[in-house]
Amino acid sequence: MTMTLTQQIITIAMVVLGTMLTRFLPFIVFPSGKPTPKYVQYLGKMLPSAVIGLLIIYCLKDVSLQSGSHGIPEFIGVAVVALLHVWKKMMLLSIAGGTIVYMMLIQLVF
Amino acid sequence: MLSLNKFSHQDVIYMKKRTQLIPAFRAAFPYTVPILAGFLFLGIAYGIFMNSLGFSAIYPILMSLTIFAGSMEFIAANLLLVAFNPINALFLTLMVNARHLFYGISMLDKYRGTGKKKLYLIFGLCDESFSINCTVDVPKDVDKGWFMFFVTMLNHCYWVIGAAIGGIFGSFVKFNTEGLDFVMTALFVVIFIEQWMKEKNHHSALAGLGLSAVCLIIFGGSNFIIPAMFAILGLLSLLRKPLEKVEVRTI
Repeated sequence: MTMTLTQQIITIAMVVLGTMLTRFLPFIVFPSGKPTPKYVQYLGKMLPSAVIGLLIIYCLKDVSLQSGSHGIPEFIGVAVVALLHVWKKMMLLSIAGGTIVYMMLIQLVF
Repeated sequence: MLSLNKFSHQDVIYMKKRTQLIPAFRAAFPYTVPILAGFLFLGIAYGIFMNSLGFSAIYPILMSLTIFAGSMEFIAANLLLVAFNPINALFLTLMVNARHLFYGISMLDKYRGTGKKKLYLIFGLCDESFSINCTVDVPKDVDKGWFMFFVTMLNHCYWVIGAAIGGIFGSFVKFNTEGLDFVMTALFVVIFIEQWMKEKNHHSALAGLGLSAVCLIIFGGSNFIIPAMFAILGLLSLLRKPLEKVEVRTI
């Protein structure tokens, strides 16, 4: 290890501080006692759907379409989750079904 | 005034709390089951990873407890191995975790009136706690604050327990878990569909998915989040006037 224990603790503390800043900042800037600006209220209503879309893409960010399995297992996995969910509307079934299909695909097929 | 009740005021408060806690826990747990699978797996992977870098189990345990942001913890492990640079560590963290700003803005209203629990709710606002607490309609007879508290706390527990198992027993885990991390993707897909079926228009959902995909193609996997956030913010701001007009017309 190149770092001393103190340096390690400072480094980890910086990561904690950075993470907490990103989580607490909106609540500090727009405290619940004061009325939140209309524009921020609008964003608060609109952002969730967009952010969850962003999270899906974030999960798939390391998939390469040009090489390896070309993202086919991921595509099939997502399709199975979506179809199961539209059909049965049971959260755990959709997630378990899609994940098992995906694991079988990458372990046995690709 | 003398009270003829058998129970003192303290007892009543205590019982009221208990009758709130158990239903809230029961309502929250099922939503966290996919995360139980995902976090145990990812946590174990993280613990094994730290183990392989030569860190003792106490590192993954304390880091998962205090940072509680999955991808950042893997990056933090690498930060510990390079030259000491705390400012760099801080800025890298701000960049990687900038998406939390959007979570906070979305939860400003939902976290209102949750009392002291609010501090912990904000501390534990990871991707998974956010996506559940933001989208689930909590049953009417369940206390919303405690529901969100248990979702956050259970997720936190799963993550720390996973990291501890990985850190301590890392070298013994030997079954083929390749691909199990897909449960997180599957969770977000399910939540996306649930949102889609609830909302009146899909501008925001499509903007999030489309703009993020475009930014991923242009900027690549490690740099796309911040441009994607700006693009989403820009488009939603442009859409504000037309969308609000539509809303007024439908009323």
